[in-house]
Amino acid sequence: MTDHLLSLMTFFPLVGMLIVLFLPREADRLIKTVTLIVTIIVFLISLPLAFDDVFINSSAMQYTEFANWISIGQYFQMNYYVGIDGISLWLVLLTTFIMPIAILSTWHAVDKNTKGFMALALLLETGMLGAFISLDLFLFYVFWELMLVPMYFMIGIWGGKNRIYAAVKFFIFTAVGSLLMLVAIIYVYYYALQAGVPFENGFSIAHFYQLDIPAHLQTWLFVAFAFSFAIKVPMFPVHTWLPDAHTEAPTAGSVILAAILLKMGTYGYVRFAIPLFPVATMKFTPFLALLAVIGIIYGALVAMMQDDVKKLVAYSSVSHLGFVMLGIFAMNLQGLSGGMLQMINHGISTGALFLIVGFIYERRHTRLIVDFGGLSKVMPVFATIFMIVTFSSVGLPGTNGFVGEFLILVGAFESDLRIFTVFATIGVILAAVYMLWMFQRVMMGKVTNPKNAELKDLSAREVVIMLPLVLFIFWIGFYPNVFFEKMNPSLENLINQVKDKQHIAMMAEEMKPTVTQISVNDLR
Amino acid sequence: MISVYHYMTVSAILFAMGTYGVLTRRNAIVIFMCIELMLNSVNLTFIALSNHLQSMDGQIFVFFVMTVAAAEAAVGLALMIAFYRNRESIDVDNINLMKL
Amino acid sequence: MYDKLWLIPFFPLLGCIINGLLGKRFIKNEKVIGAIATGAIFLSFLVSCKYLIQLLGDSVKSHEVVVASWMSVGILQVDWGFLLDPLSALMLMVVCGVGSLIHLYSIGYMHGEEGFYRFFCYMNLFAFSMLMLVLGNNALVMFVGWEGVGLCSYLLIGYYFEKQSAGDAAKKAFVMNRVGDFGFLLGLFIIFWTLGSKHDVWTVNFMEISENAHLLSGDMMLGLGVTTVATLCFFLGATGKSAQLPLYTWLPDAMEGPTPVSALIHAATMVTAGVYMIGRMNVLFAMSPTTMAVVALVGALTAIFAASIGFAQNDIKRVLAYSTVSQLGFMFIAMGVGAFTAGIFHLMTHAFFKACLFLGSGSVIHAMHHALHHAHLNDDPQDMRNMGGLRKKMPVTWATFGISCLAISGLPFFSGFFSKDEILWWAFASTRGSKLVWAIAVIAAFMTAFYMFRALYMTFHGEQRTNAKAKDHVHESPWVITLPLVVLAFLATVGGLIGIPHVLGNMLGHIPNKLEHFLAPVFEHSQRLYEIEAHGTAATEVSLMVMSVLIALAGIGVATVMYMKNPELPGKFTRKFSQLHRWVYNKWFVDEAYDVLFVNSTKKLGTFCWKGFDVKVIDGIVNGTAKVVGALSAVLRHTQTGLFQNYALTMVFGTVVMVAIFILN
Repeated sequence: MTDHLLSLMTFFPLVGMLIVLFLPREADRLIKTVTLIVTIIVFLISLPLAFDDVFINSSAMQYTEFANWISIGQYFQMNYYVGIDGISLWLVLLTTFIMPIAILSTWHAVDKNTKGFMALALLLETGMLGAFISLDLFLFYVFWELMLVPMYFMIGIWGGKNRIYAAVKFFIFTAVGSLLMLVAIIYVYYYALQAGVPFENGFSIAHFYQLDIPAHLQTWLFVAFAFSFAIKVPMFPVHTWLPDAHTEAPTAGSVILAAILLKMGTYGYVRFAIPLFPVATMKFTPFLALLAVIGIIYGALVAMMQDDVKKLVAYSSVSHLGFVMLGIFAMNLQGLSGGMLQMINHGISTGALFLIVGFIYERRHTRLIVDFGGLSKVMPVFATIFMIVTFSSVGLPGTNGFVGEFLILVGAFESDLRIFTVFATIGVILAAVYMLWMFQRVMMGKVTNPKNAELKDLSAREVVIMLPLVLFIFWIGFYPNVFFEKMNPSLENLINQVKDKQHIAMMAEEMKPTVTQISVNDLR
Repeated sequence: MISVYHYMTVSAILFAMGTYGVLTRRNAIVIFMCIELMLNSVNLTFIALSNHLQSMDGQIFVFFVMTVAAAEAAVGLALMIAFYRNRESIDVDNINLMKL
Repeated sequence: MYDKLWLIPFFPLLGCIINGLLGKRFIKNEKVIGAIATGAIFLSFLVSCKYLIQLLGDSVKSHEVVVASWMSVGILQVDWGFLLDPLSALMLMVVCGVGSLIHLYSIGYMHGEEGFYRFFCYMNLFAFSMLMLVLGNNALVMFVGWEGVGLCSYLLIGYYFEKQSAGDAAKKAFVMNRVGDFGFLLGLFIIFWTLGSKHDVWTVNFMEISENAHLLSGDMMLGLGVTTVATLCFFLGATGKSAQLPLYTWLPDAMEGPTPVSALIHAATMVTAGVYMIGRMNVLFAMSPTTMAVVALVGALTAIFAASIGFAQNDIKRVLAYSTVSQLGFMFIAMGVGAFTAGIFHLMTHAFFKACLFLGSGSVIHAMHHALHHAHLNDDPQDMRNMGGLRKKMPVTWATFGISCLAISGLPFFSGFFSKDEILWWAFASTRGSKLVWAIAVIAAFMTAFYMFRALYMTFHGEQRTNAKAKDHVHESPWVITLPLVVLAFLATVGGLIGIPHVLGNMLGHIPNKLEHFLAPVFEHSQRLYEIEAHGTAATEVSLMVMSVLIALAGIGVATVMYMKNPELPGKFTRKFSQLHRWVYNKWFVDEAYDVLFVNSTKKLGTFCWKGFDVKVIDGIVNGTAKVVGALSAVLRHTQTGLFQNYALTMVFGTVVMVAIFILN
């Protein structure tokens, strides 16, 4: 069974989708229940991964599966090659964990063409899981594009007023990036073939890691990859699809988008862009760190001025993911594990925030801050949960946000990005400003609008949705070692591998008259 | 003696008639019939040349064409019926959904 | 031996969870809720007492207890660890002791409030955070407490969340504290990184930092010593938490919270966290004379600046709030001139008398509120202009308030006398002291005596100015309120006796300075290593002491003349110096300046980024590309008629042309 655990997990939603497609269109509740059960089963399938101690001891890929997939004569060889290590482990679990929650949140929110929605959601899950476990660059690309389509329809069909614009913008932004990446993937493939990588290995990244691609080529390939991932992250200045997509998407769509899809970009850097092109990474690190820090502060400033709660949360994502990027490019263990943890944190906190926005939207059919005020009085349970999530997003110690942010900042401070860290830390202040201001305007004060006076507090279903998220907020806040111990071996391995190559490249550079001195942090 | 040229001429005439019909008629059913006419003129050409060249290839193609033509007629008529249900007309001038 | 140390923060946390989860639906009863919360902190108090006694009899003076690993990421190892040494033991006594009293007081004060359970849940959470701050054996656990108390401060200031001003004040407090936290984090990063990368000591543990701090002496950063930069960053953190210039403005606004909160958080414990933090890192601070000078100067300026604002406030709690800012300034003077013991001493005595003052004011407000409410009046129950002559109505409150006023003014043998004089003496005579700081501090002491007695007279003496309808409904508060007052007043009187200065001790017959001896293991090392000491003759010290007593008496005298003997004098004064009064009354317009400088400009920048850059530039480019493509296709679409026969014709035409070309070739 464990031999094919990953495949089972990845393609089970697809089976679920087929079941859903054969259910009668009108059986709304049945369709939702079946989808929920399918996602829960997927979660249960993935759960043993969390308890597998092999990740503590080994940085290698586990649960690998290999099969020939497409062979075109002697031109192309694509394999179904999947596996999981400490880097993708938690993202996979995050995906399987968030999906049931997202489905449960649609209970009353989605009432038109439920069948379509659920089928797409399940297809999306397959796409996301597939992308996280792919060890073949081409396979990754297939899953990467597979995610795009269901999300496009989710926004375009079940979205808000301006949904078509948002959906098309989302699609085009992402597609532009991925096409560039496709070109780069194919280039790397042919380069690898020429460099003597055996044909039957196809697009296996493990072999691509070993290549010594000349610096000038790396630059171009890195740009193509980095651009594609930057759009997905999204980094400043290619972030503008995100607020639109988030605002228009239905709650479940926003949750999945924020919690998992955005991680695809940051994961892409860690898994592909950086280890494939370490020398170019070195060259672009200051630039990308700069963009990350601009994103942190810029996202926070823009979030502060929003009048729509959902847009505020969307811009806060730009800020939070800026932190993740900064951590990744610190290229040391603290920064990277902080970045990885912050991906999970962001999935939990921002996912929770979108759910919260969804709750009040379902009740009042508005997301404008001015329409609310004084909700604490009317909805005390909601207020408590909202408060916890808010402070988790602000990064209060004791919640998950702090651990991630702190490690990122410490990591960045240890690296050569010291000056960026100072500015990034300002983002911590701004996070408090925009979140608390919003919280005050929505939850505090007197109930001015009579419509708000009769709002119902959270139902049992809604509390059940939020409870696991709140649990994780505190768990990661107080005892994150569970995550670190499985993450760190793989990350350490990655850092060593990247640093070694950068070191060699620098030694070669030093032979030349122009010398740029970049210190290499020793890692222990 | 009827030579291959005669067959070709007949088929060219049939083809031209079909084309003319497709281009000018407004009734979709008639247009369909004209398309059938064109397909059959091609079939005639195939068979004539097959005989002329003493090769079976042409006749095989004819079977393909006939199959496709049957399928096409079925799909086309289904489309027409669906369309007629919506618009109560099968005048092709009314079928301009592609125009924004 | 000390391995149950974690119980101290655990009890309040448990109380918080019980009240938070069950308080509203299941317990409901105010008495039970109050008992759980007060009992929780009292249990912590008992455990603290036990460990204090144990520590007193122990020859080893610092004990670390690690409960679990928190973050373990390569070189960064952070534990959930606690540290018990004389400094934290003393703070434990202050926090748990004063905390217990204030919890008890709150049962009476908050009686009948809608969110009773919520209040006590937050109060316990605060106690938990504060104890984490105090007990943390590394900077990160301290930071958990550090931000945790900020959170509780936010929650409790915003307790009356339906009031706009309460929400604003809560947010302001949290954000300003975050500015400070920014400094704290940066300081921590600098220490962590420099110690690690240059000296191979990767640690955030206080003891390890202290032991290895000397390694940093030669390291430079930004043209200054590393320790200077780091400690300045830490000090920024302290100014945020302890409401010093320039980050003090949140504290007066924080008076929006219920009065017990002001007493516990914004007088006795949380705001002293900055002082405690400097005490905890005294080795680092001692290494940098520059930072210490800055600390002392900022403290002195804050002391006098806040005192000046205290002159003209009419809200009794605001007077006390500015007084707190000012007294915190004194503590920072102490830390800045190297009088660490005196600073902590003043922290402790201040906790006694300021908590007593706040609780006393709470008692008055409570009584006023009931009286005004009874008479259906909307007068402000906190405005001292509505009070006066309450001495007869509320004798216990008056007596305790008066004693605390004497203590804060520094009259001999009250607790404030010993601690304040110790600070003044060090400011004058320390190797890190300066006459300027001393002079400012003396003036601030004079002002303190003046405005505290002004408040005392306006509230309790003279004519009762309360609206006639409400006048007779003012009564003394119940025992749960007065008991803590009496205990605190007692402590404010005798609490100073544990730290009698050597000069006086020698004069009175060899009474040792017990506190100094107790805290010596924490501070002596750095004071000796970096040659921080106060030197001067006993005669100088005694004459300075006499002088400061005279100055305090002068302040009291002026207040007596102005507010007791000639009640029309203040009015004349304000008319004569109306401009000055306007500035003082409006708190030197600092809030307004901050609004213009920081708040509005940030908002403008945010709006520009959004509407100017995001929408116009970025989306402009994106949508512009789409528009260009759209315009092109608008031209080409004319070829698309939508009639298939047109397409068929084009096709036929194309085929004919192609065939023609083929044939002609």
